[in-house]
Amino acid sequence: MIEIPRPVGLKNAYDVVVIGAGPAGSRCAKLIADRGLSVAVFEKRAEIGSPKRCAEGIGVKALQRMGYNGNERFVAQYIDGFYLYAPNGKEFVMDYGSPQGCVVERKVFDKFLAYDAAKAGAKVFTKIEVVDLLKDNGAISGVVIKYGEDVFEVKARVVVSAEGIEGKMARKAGIDNTNKLINVDSGYQYEMANLKLKDANKLYFYLGNEIAPRGYIWIFPKGDHVANVGIGIGGGAGVKRKAKEYLDSWIENHPEIFADASVIEENAGGIPVGGLLKDMVRDGFVVIGDAAHTVNPIHGGGMDEGTRAGEIAAEVICECLNREDVSHDALAKFNELWWKERGEKLRRIEKLRQVIERMSDDDLNFLADELTVQDIIDFAGGKNLRKLAKILLRRPKLIKLATILR
Amino acid sequence: MVVKNIPSICLSCGGCVGVCPHDAISLEDMKIIINESKCNGCGTCVIFCPVGAMTLEDKPTNEVER
Repeated sequence: MIEIPRPVGLKNAYDVVVIGAGPAGSRCAKLIADRGLSVAVFEKRAEIGSPKRCAEGIGVKALQRMGYNGNERFVAQYIDGFYLYAPNGKEFVMDYGSPQGCVVERKVFDKFLAYDAAKAGAKVFTKIEVVDLLKDNGAISGVVIKYGEDVFEVKARVVVSAEGIEGKMARKAGIDNTNKLINVDSGYQYEMANLKLKDANKLYFYLGNEIAPRGYIWIFPKGDHVANVGIGIGGGAGVKRKAKEYLDSWIENHPEIFADASVIEENAGGIPVGGLLKDMVRDGFVVIGDAAHTVNPIHGGGMDEGTRAGEIAAEVICECLNREDVSHDALAKFNELWWKERGEKLRRIEKLRQVIERMSDDDLNFLADELTVQDIIDFAGGKNLRKLAKILLRRPKLIKLATILR
Repeated sequence: MVVKNIPSICLSCGGCVGVCPHDAISLEDMKIIINESKCNGCGTCVIFCPVGAMTLEDKPTNEVER
């Protein structure tokens, strides 16, 4: 008789199965394993962290929250501020004078998070795809995994979907996390070398409907002459060309930066910049990270938000497992805590995005003339939006946008 | 109409899976797979795709009649 090969070390049942070893999944798995519970993490890719779909920027505070000090080898570049350009070229400069964030190497960063999960006792598997959910009286009770051409059932008391934008398991669990086109940015990026950057310690943001409709172009340095150069544009009506075409045109028009540059890597991705979910749980099931749209809606950053969601989910899941109640109503504490700690703020930022995306370049230039760099930082953090509303009220055609901010 | 994926252009980012209103697309073994019985040719993924790897084509006649 031929023995069916099984993934090395795979057990038939775990307290928790996490789908996806991105930052949200690995962070969640680590914290659950820390409390002595059994956890398996299934990553469908052969290499954790690759291919990236990310500009790789993260704040120092977020790294510290995860127990890192910024000296780890996943740090490519420290960042101490940013340049932001209005459509008319007006430049905003923020210089904090010390590193406030960094651009990481996702291929290494994601692995560090997976190392941490494994070290805590979680069992991490690569090249294993979760293809279905097991159900018991309507409650999620495990997963079906595909290993090579074979499938296996793995039982779990709780299943966490941290599958990213392409995840299908939330829908199978009865949570509609389909991204409406209006709430997702179409993203494209080159990692480039031999660029000419005036300051490699700062991020660069370029706004304008001509160059990036309802979005922006970014340069995130990863060294003196290396950077992620990318674009995110709004999906839907009015967007005439592909994200890649907009980015290529812009690069061609900026020989002062790109004349001698080479492309080292190409990335694409969908960025969920809205459509926050009220209910992210079912009986025995939780969805987090990009799959749950836990992303900052104005800048599209997902690592900080995804890992925070993973942390909150871990806390609630452990509590529920201890009380032996993983019903929807028990796990719903995750909804409550996440919305209180993150959701309300992200909802305000989503409204800001809805205002900005409705503005013409002329409107954006008008706004740029009224704002300080501190205003921009406040607004992006969901703070002081009343000031923005007041400015909008001064221009008759923008009055209706001010009502969005209420 | 039905959507087709062009693998030579596609970067397998999976964004089309997330935006498909008909649950007709999946990322399997890092390849985009289209379930033609679910796809109604709405073109949402075509609009979304950052690189132009999704294209609408006429459904082959024999499949429509089947």
